[in-house]
Amino acid sequence: MTGSAVTSALAPLPVLLPLLGAAAALLVGRHPRTQRAVSLVVLTAVVAVSVVLLLWADAQGATAVAVGGWTPPLGIVLVVDRLSALMLVVASTVALGVLAFAVGQGSADGDEETPLSIFHPTFLVLVAGVSNAFLAGDLFNLYVGFEILLMASYVLITLGGTAPRIRAGITYIVVSLTSSLIFLAAIGLVYASTGTVNMAQLAVRLGELPSGTQLLLQSMLLIAFCIKAAVFPLSAWLPDSYPTAPAPVTAVFAGLLTKVGIYAIIRTQTLLFPSGALDDVLMWAALATMLVGILGAVAQTDIRRILSFTLVSHIGYMVFGIALASRAGLAGAVFYVAHHIAIQTTLFLVAGLVERQGGSTAVDRLGGLARRSPLLAVLFFVPAMNLAGIPPLSGFIGKLGLLQAGVADGGAVAYVLVAGGVVTSLLTLVAMSRVWARAFWRPPTQEPADDTARAAAADAGERNSREDAEPALVGAGADEPAGAPEPPARRRAARAAAWRRHTAVATAAESGAPRAAKTRALRPLPAVMLTVTAVFVALTLALTVLAGPLYGLTDRAAGDLLDRTPYLEAVFGDEVVR
Amino acid sequence: MTPTVVLPVVIGGLYAAGIYLLLDRSLTRVLLGFLLLGNATNLLLLSTGGVAGLAPILGLGEPGELSDPLPQALILTAIVITFGVSAFLLAVIYRSWRLVRQEVVGVDEEDRRVAAGRRTDADDLDPDDLAPEDRPAGHGDHLGRDLSDAQVERLLDQRFAGIASDDVELPSTQGGPR
Repeated sequence: MTGSAVTSALAPLPVLLPLLGAAAALLVGRHPRTQRAVSLVVLTAVVAVSVVLLLWADAQGATAVAVGGWTPPLGIVLVVDRLSALMLVVASTVALGVLAFAVGQGSADGDEETPLSIFHPTFLVLVAGVSNAFLAGDLFNLYVGFEILLMASYVLITLGGTAPRIRAGITYIVVSLTSSLIFLAAIGLVYASTGTVNMAQLAVRLGELPSGTQLLLQSMLLIAFCIKAAVFPLSAWLPDSYPTAPAPVTAVFAGLLTKVGIYAIIRTQTLLFPSGALDDVLMWAALATMLVGILGAVAQTDIRRILSFTLVSHIGYMVFGIALASRAGLAGAVFYVAHHIAIQTTLFLVAGLVERQGGSTAVDRLGGLARRSPLLAVLFFVPAMNLAGIPPLSGFIGKLGLLQAGVADGGAVAYVLVAGGVVTSLLTLVAMSRVWARAFWRPPTQEPADDTARAAAADAGERNSREDAEPALVGAGADEPAGAPEPPARRRAARAAAWRRHTAVATAAESGAPRAAKTRALRPLPAVMLTVTAVFVALTLALTVLAGPLYGLTDRAAGDLLDRTPYLEAVFGDEVVR
Repeated sequence: MTPTVVLPVVIGGLYAAGIYLLLDRSLTRVLLGFLLLGNATNLLLLSTGGVAGLAPILGLGEPGELSDPLPQALILTAIVITFGVSAFLLAVIYRSWRLVRQEVVGVDEEDRRVAAGRRTDADDLDPDDLAPEDRPAGHGDHLGRDLSDAQVERLLDQRFAGIASDDVELPSTQGGPR
């Protein structure tokens, strides 16, 4: 069996397996244990398939699979090249880890809040959408991939349907819908001007269009993808909507969804429009993304929001690499994508653990975590330093590669961006060390047990006083002018209860009331969640150790991207269909 | 056959109306705006197939006389996606209404807090200190500063006659015992 036959057989599996797994997980929704087993097995299989695909793609070059046997450009093709295979491996590994974390969290919580029967199928559908977007060799299939993952993400971000999540989810949904409509309109215009949506064929035909038409199509596609990737000034939705979701959901969103946008930008800039007409615009957008994002992070006082802003900020590094449009720049950008998926997911998982341990993610409320849970402190410290780019960790290697590529470019704008990158790195260190100093290092202001007891007492006192006040209010109602109907006391009591519930969830607490979370804080952290997070930290360290081979791989991927012929030959064979 | 001017005009009008509605804070209008934009985009896709011709695939005529089938396939996919998303949006809007008696895009309290440089947490804020439009979701029962709870109850009864006031366990009869 030759390599290309193996690839053809395996390429549809990263999309098919999760979809079938989602159906199976729905069927066994009444049996949580079976459902977990199904999801974990499916995702493990996807990881294995992706690794095989990456090995073959690196050894044999790009391969295209015509789905259903229709030859391109008539049929839909899935293209496996070094970039898409690498993205698949990183994405599926992260998804598997996050799912394991969620399983650990679910069993620790007794699944009181998460509607478990819907979480696993939706998560698998999300993975299928991400894989489809990475594999798509056809602009419309890319759109379908985006829609699959967005639809799943709508469900995940509003999971449980509490007021803060609905509020945040609405922003997220409306912004995503707008970007999808822009993308769809762009596809329509691309088809009108070229008569095809096959990306390999577009690569040939788009170059023959008048430059004004090209610019219009390129900017429409870039606007749609920049919204998804959260590039400034299209990034304001992200820190608004991500922090309220459950920890595993935020982690997987932060890791994967914006990177799918980055992947689409890479394809647009290298395969479809290699002329580099908008490179300067992207450069300035990258600079603004880095600086505005990180300044936002420095201003925040909630760990999850800080992380959301650093997520936006570090998207700027990847856009910088893409805008350089040189082999070194693209290699750096792809390496940074892989590094950033792992690191950002890890940090959001740690934030979930911090919330369990400390009862809050607001740094002003936390304190003394380093003494209470030294392991958690290590698990936060290592990836935080990695994110800031402290040598010799992988964040340093990725940033160094990008900065070197910027210096090699030599333009004035590139030097400005190099300076901006260094400043952003320093400010990331400031933001991370503030979290470290306040939440972990400073002594706890009160003994935790005392704090909890006092908070519980205060909470109970407030509740009692409110309930005591209710009969008085009913009495006051009776004093109103005659003829007025007495307001239904029961209804008001119900509303008072709802108000308490609402104020309890208003700070994006994981469940119920933040005070209740504080009493929970005395329990030790669940072993599964800690183990999974530790494995993630180990993975980010492995990225550092294996940076040499990985950088070699991304360098070859960047070479393929700039050359374009491997992609075209994979789709059309030796004879390019014009 | 000649190209028609009707399609571009309709597409442009739908886009304009859709964007106008999308900019509103009321969620129902946002949904309507999204539907208009979706239809505008579908029409745009339809017009990319060139002038209308005979039905393809059935072999009714020469290739030059047939309509382009691909945009229609794309539209079909897009319609299905728009349909699913609209259903989900309606569910979210209904949920928002059930929870907080509001169907507007809410304010990010934590964001306002950081912007104002306050040191208290978002859930420690007294909502009555905020301007009415800045109030967090959950203040559907606020009708004025100087009213007693009893008066508020009566006003609410007038304004939302027969509607349960919150997403809580209420007797199945409307509005509870009188």
